[in-house]
Amino acid sequence: MFEQLSHLTLQHYWWAIISLLAALLVFLLFVQGGQSLIYEIAKNRNERTMIMNALGRKWEFTFTTLVTFGGAFFASFPLFYSTSFGGAYWAWMALLFCFIIQAVSYEYRSKPKNFLGQKTFDAFLFANGLLGPILIGVVVGTFFNGAEFSVSNLNASTWQNQARGLEAVLNINNVALGLAVFFLARILALLYFMNSIEHKILFDRSKKLLVYNTIPFLIFFLVFVIRLVLKDGYAYNPETMVVSMEPFKYFMNLVQMPVVLILFLAGVLAVLWGIISSVLKDQTRGIWWAGGGTILVVFSLMLIAGYNNTCYYPSNYNLQSSLNIVNSSSSKFTLQTMSYVSLAVPFVLAYIWYAWRAINTKKITEGEMTGKTEGHIY
Amino acid sequence: MNEIVDLSMLDWSRGQFALTAFYHWLFVPLTLGITFILAIMETIYYKTGDPEWKKITRFWMKVFGINFAIGVATGIILEFQFGTNWSYYSWFVGDIFGAPLAIEGIMAFFMESTFIAVMFFGWDKVSKRFHLVSTWLTAIGANLSALWILVANAWMQNPVGMQFNPDTARNEMVNFWDVFLSPMAINKFLHTISSGFVLAGIFIIGISAWFLLKKREVPFAKKSILVAAIFGFISSLFLVTTGDGSARLVAQNQPMKLAAMEGLYQGKNGAGLVAFGIFSPTHTDPANDQLHEFLFKIEIPNALSYMIHLDANAFVPGVKDLLNGNEKEGMLTAADKISRGKMAIETLRNYKNALTEGRKEEALQMRDKFMSKDFQANYFKYFGYGFIKNSNELIPGIQLVFYSFHMMVILGSWFLIFFILSIYLIVNDDITKRRLFLKIAILTVPLVYLAQMAGWTVAEMGRQPWVVQDLLPTVAAVSNINAGAVMVTFWLFALIFTLLLIAEIKIMTKQIKIGPNEGGH
Ligand code: HDD
Ligand code: HEM
Ligand code: HEM
Repeated sequence: MFEQLSHLTLQHYWWAIISLLAALLVFLLFVQGGQSLIYEIAKNRNERTMIMNALGRKWEFTFTTLVTFGGAFFASFPLFYSTSFGGAYWAWMALLFCFIIQAVSYEYRSKPKNFLGQKTFDAFLFANGLLGPILIGVVVGTFFNGAEFSVSNLNASTWQNQARGLEAVLNINNVALGLAVFFLARILALLYFMNSIEHKILFDRSKKLLVYNTIPFLIFFLVFVIRLVLKDGYAYNPETMVVSMEPFKYFMNLVQMPVVLILFLAGVLAVLWGIISSVLKDQTRGIWWAGGGTILVVFSLMLIAGYNNTCYYPSNYNLQSSLNIVNSSSSKFTLQTMSYVSLAVPFVLAYIWYAWRAINTKKITEGEMTGKTEGHIY
Repeated sequence: MNEIVDLSMLDWSRGQFALTAFYHWLFVPLTLGITFILAIMETIYYKTGDPEWKKITRFWMKVFGINFAIGVATGIILEFQFGTNWSYYSWFVGDIFGAPLAIEGIMAFFMESTFIAVMFFGWDKVSKRFHLVSTWLTAIGANLSALWILVANAWMQNPVGMQFNPDTARNEMVNFWDVFLSPMAINKFLHTISSGFVLAGIFIIGISAWFLLKKREVPFAKKSILVAAIFGFISSLFLVTTGDGSARLVAQNQPMKLAAMEGLYQGKNGAGLVAFGIFSPTHTDPANDQLHEFLFKIEIPNALSYMIHLDANAFVPGVKDLLNGNEKEGMLTAADKISRGKMAIETLRNYKNALTEGRKEEALQMRDKFMSKDFQANYFKYFGYGFIKNSNELIPGIQLVFYSFHMMVILGSWFLIFFILSIYLIVNDDITKRRLFLKIAILTVPLVYLAQMAGWTVAEMGRQPWVVQDLLPTVAAVSNINAGAVMVTFWLFALIFTLLLIAEIKIMTKQIKIGPNEGGH
């Protein structure tokens, strides 16, 4: 069935999958958001244990989504993989370090004789929660704001500065996106706590913190979006593949792809409704609204970065080296073959949902954390 | 494809990859095997309803959880490192190599991480049956992770199912099944997972032996040994058979690696197999300081020829034949291959430059030439050789590969005997009285880790200088970074992984000391 599709269609299909993975990843960053809150929200040992266990049952998903995002990007757009990873070395390495320290911390934090001590493992989780979302946001910011690299006619790439990716933090748009993602992750975490932990004090504290985190989120998000729709974008001519700057490119992308515009606006509204309804009506379902909304917003932002003849990884050093979904993709055969594998995705989502429902029917309670239970406690 | 490569940067990048791969491999094989042993133990519990088996399952599960976390932490580094440190490689082979990595994420990692959660958190939440199914699916998921990455690794050792595209300057997949079902991939998968099974078997026997020596938890330890020994014995048979298959495939596809594994300098008909040997410190060939004579060796006549070609008199090429050529056997000299490789690279460059400069006619001619059957078979085939400056670069570290290979084989034979002894002592004898054997069992645990590392050293050092056999050497694959940056990250990784390793060993030993009767956490 995928044989009939053109190479260009497959490239669009795979960009949509990458976008979807990115969207899921940002939603799942609520784990990181929660880690960044551990010192604020939990005032004693019991509360902290509940928070850690609520998060600890989910961290693998965020991690695995990050890994799959990397693998899928490698397979479908390998020129991005080789250009950005090999080039923005420090930015990616920083991101990797903050994920290594996360992976062991849940399992080890409360074990006897854990060498570094529980405080250190909690600090690792906090560091991952603080830096992970910001770095991911900043790196994704370069999809709109460009980076300094060149690609030779043999497709070998060279980074053109010594900061090696760290220069991305000098761009206001990138930083605004990074901080917006960070506060969004915290908002999602608070909504998640309200949903999954049965504890009056934590619930009220989450609600209060929700308000405090929504304000900076809105500020940074608006700064990013307003600058985005006003800025020039990197367009290519599909016939000649020549890249040029086009005024209001991203704004035009939204106008020219009205479906994406609708998804974007619906997503923003859903996030806001998730927050407002939780604050005003004390309801616990806010995470589903805000989570769903986050997925829609990130998905549509990724689409305007890569669709409609836009270069999703622009080069500020040499405009013509910019990467787009056509010049950086895998061969038709590979995309086609992997498309068959992508059919497994709904199946994977279904069993994840099924398995989680099976073990998550009951909320986390103080009793479960302290009493005799058969479960695994972090 | 860099014009000038800073060699110390190349070495740091190799070192960093080796470091992270070894750390990853400290944890992965236990996962591969212990998950199946857990599934078997839980199945016994499910069938018999005996709570003792539940206790056993839960104890080993806790040990597994401690090991698993750090395997995940090191894996992500490996994946991203292809991009960060081997950037040209990522482009040159990404069309083929990326696919298994993506499939692994979608198919295997999610399966493993979903059902592992049911396994850990679901004891009193889901039905016994669903829990058992989840344990089996965790084991299958873990081994599927191994499948896809090993398909990718096998493809680097023996690139098949692809065609070079001069327009994109990379290899592109033309046949997925050729990549997925290549004999190298299948064999590598079977050998590697069975090595993990063997490791898990020995690990469990070793720890159980410690309990027996301490006279603690005797029924628990004996039951654990019984399952682990039978499982390990079957796996070991498999391991030795597939190891033999690996050697045969190496001989076909990577003759230089085989020559290094065997310390064979001069090819011959009816070559003997060196069962054991020690090199002398002086080298025999003034032009080449890698070639050391044996100080001492035990050789089985004709065995190597027989093992590889099933013909005791067949010819097996040595290092010198591969460098200097061998007319009788129709082998090219290395110098010849290098000049053919240079020709292939030149033609590609000229084609691309003609295109860039708008010389259409000329470009088309060049492209036709490049794609012609003759050029592909006689020139492009040696593409990677074009990057080699001196033919001695084509020899991998012979001593390291030789010793590693022999260590692996000797240990493999010991493990087989070890499992037979374990089964005998547990079934027909009172194992608790065999204190010497119990002590040996504990000592065998580090040996099996050693055999694992030796195996990868053979596979990965033996293929030097190639990243992709004959097509891409490490010098051409590496990213354009400066040595200082890689050096810093190398030490950071070394530091953090070592700290985490110490933490994991301490936690693990503590949990073992606590034993199966306490909740632990
Ligand atoms: C418990 C560990 C262990 C043991 C006892 C053995 N192996 Fe092994 N071997 C491995 C663990 C391993 C491994 C770690 O799984 C490797 C590394 C790369 C690979 O494919 O598997 C490997 C690789 C490997 C290779 C290199 C394959 C390549 O370069 O692609 C050969 C030729 C053998 N093995 C042969 C043997 C033989 C003849 C054995 C006889 C007993 C043996 N191995 C025992
Ligand atoms: C199946 C997955 C693996 C793949 C795809 C893979 C691939 C690679 C690549 C691309 C390099 C760097 C290029 C080079 O230096 O040649 C490398 C180097 C290396 N790998 Fe692997 N590797 C795998 C597994 C492992 C494991 C599990 C180990 C060890 C336990 C290992 C040991 C090494 C060593 C020692 C080197 C350095 C060799 C050298 O450059 O001198 N590899 N591998
Ligand atoms: C250089 C090549 C390799 C790469 C890039 C790689 C990548 C990864 C990644 C990203 C993870 C974390 C997955 C998660 O989020 O759950 C992981 C874990 C794992 N990998 Fe690797 N891996 C490599 C080599 C290998 C090899 C050679 C095997 C087995 C033969 C293997 C088997 C596993 C298993 C079983 C896990 C599960 C976690 C564990 O218990 O250690 N990997 N790997």
